[in-house]
Amino acid sequence: MGLLDRLDNPYDTGGIVLGTLEDILNWGRSKSDWYLHFGLACCAIEFMSMNASHFDFMRFGIIPRATPRQADFIMITGTVTLKMAERIKLLWEQMAEPKYCISVGSCANSGGPYWQYGYHVLKGVDRIIPVHVYVPGCPPRPEAMEEGMMKLQSLIDQQAIFRKRKKLAEEEELLQIKQR
Amino acid sequence: MTTTKFVDIDFSKIDSDRMRLNVGPQHPSTHGVLRLEVELDGEVVTNVIPHIGYLHRCFEKIAENMNYQQVIPYIDRMDYISSMNNELPYVMAVEKLLGIKVPEKVEYIRVIMCELNRIANHQIAIATFGLDAGAFTPFLYLFRDREYILWIFEKATGGRLLFNYFWVGGLANDVYPTFKEDVLNIVKQVRKTNKEIEELLIYNKIFIDRTANVGILPADVAINYGCSGPVLRGSGVPFDLRKAEPYSIYDRFDFEIPVGKGEVGTVGDCWDRNIVRMREMEQSCRIIEQAIEQMPDTGDVQSAIPKKVRPPKGEIYFRCENPKGELGFYVVSDGKDKPYRVKGRAPSFVNLSVLPEISRGYLFADLIVILGSIDIVLGEIDR
Repeated sequence: MGLLDRLDNPYDTGGIVLGTLEDILNWGRSKSDWYLHFGLACCAIEFMSMNASHFDFMRFGIIPRATPRQADFIMITGTVTLKMAERIKLLWEQMAEPKYCISVGSCANSGGPYWQYGYHVLKGVDRIIPVHVYVPGCPPRPEAMEEGMMKLQSLIDQQAIFRKRKKLAEEEELLQIKQR
Repeated sequence: MTTTKFVDIDFSKIDSDRMRLNVGPQHPSTHGVLRLEVELDGEVVTNVIPHIGYLHRCFEKIAENMNYQQVIPYIDRMDYISSMNNELPYVMAVEKLLGIKVPEKVEYIRVIMCELNRIANHQIAIATFGLDAGAFTPFLYLFRDREYILWIFEKATGGRLLFNYFWVGGLANDVYPTFKEDVLNIVKQVRKTNKEIEELLIYNKIFIDRTANVGILPADVAINYGCSGPVLRGSGVPFDLRKAEPYSIYDRFDFEIPVGKGEVGTVGDCWDRNIVRMREMEQSCRIIEQAIEQMPDTGDVQSAIPKKVRPPKGEIYFRCENPKGELGFYVVSDGKDKPYRVKGRAPSFVNLSVLPEISRGYLFADLIVILGSIDIVLGEIDR
């Protein structure tokens, strides 16, 4: 907990938490990610067992959503074929910002065992959509997927929201000045 | 000045009441990346057209470029829920081409692993079928038990889901010392949970209302479409390759073929297909117990593995009873170290073709239940 560590005695004076607004927003965002309920191939079976009793994915504050419009991140669990690739692109574009992508398994990372002779297999999902976290394995263990999730959470924790916007606004102003 | 044009419209030819709906390829209940084009009249399904190919992974092309041993990992990835059962027909087909006889111990380990994997497969099938019907708790119970089976696989083979354990002529490695006790514990646990599941799910009134008399598949239609496995046996046809033409050492075991009898509805409905899976798990437990008892303790599992797998010219079709039905491999050899052609006869593909036939006239919500009762795996359908 990055926020609480900064205080010497957080609970002594009635539970006041100090931090930047960005930190608090990121903390909330990273602990309540909703994912798109979506599976492709073998890794989806491990993904199912991660959702079940032994690994309990939902303790990360994660809820499956059936529609991409409500989802914060998508897990590409399995082989992406060329026929499926345009659908994945469509799903990704339907998701609202900010959005993240975890690529699970060798097939989604690079084509995996189908790299050489798979004429109908996309060689890595990062060729069509941006990927934030890669989880290796064929298929990865559920623990590995959870590690990938934790990596995504720490990535969201450090993300810049306002600074980025300010920077963008400055750039836009500069652009407008140049155009004049 | 405008003139009015009269066009003759034959209203009987306009089909304005039907609606076309796309289900999938991204849909929470289509079991993978299957796309169904559903034609609806109100809420009643009038036609279903399955569109496949979203997971076509070029298995047959890859098999032409690989050695006989190197094909086995790709066969794992065909029906990724029951990989052990997938490896068996291919391995036995190549062994038959080569004329190898594998040691007794190998046969027993193969049978035990296959039956364990059959239990794991049926656990997923029943769990997801319960999810489709709206029951979440059995999913958690069954996946807890499945995890124990996967631990045995992991200890013995190194893999949780995809094993590459059966090799041509033997096994990748011997089982670990406490294998027998672990397997017997699993059998006990499976039986205990199955009793709970029967109370929770199978004889639950809501579940019966959802699944009985839905998606009735008559025996003659099932045979005409070439269905196999629990889909065929649910219609009351006692056909099981383990009994009909016993391969490996299945003729040494005493077990029954459970068939659908229409206990709560009509013969061949969704409930019957599900109860067949439920009872097959019990039969698998029986086979495992007998195999553990008869299994020899000593023996080298790698003694019959050939240095180079180079079968003589010829072709062979070998079929086995997969959890989903009859899985066969047609292997053509031209005398080189790579197969000339490997063709898989996938049970899910054939079983899916019966979906339009049995879902016509039911409600849309029933279509999801019917699809769940067929228990398909897209990796096997598209290959």
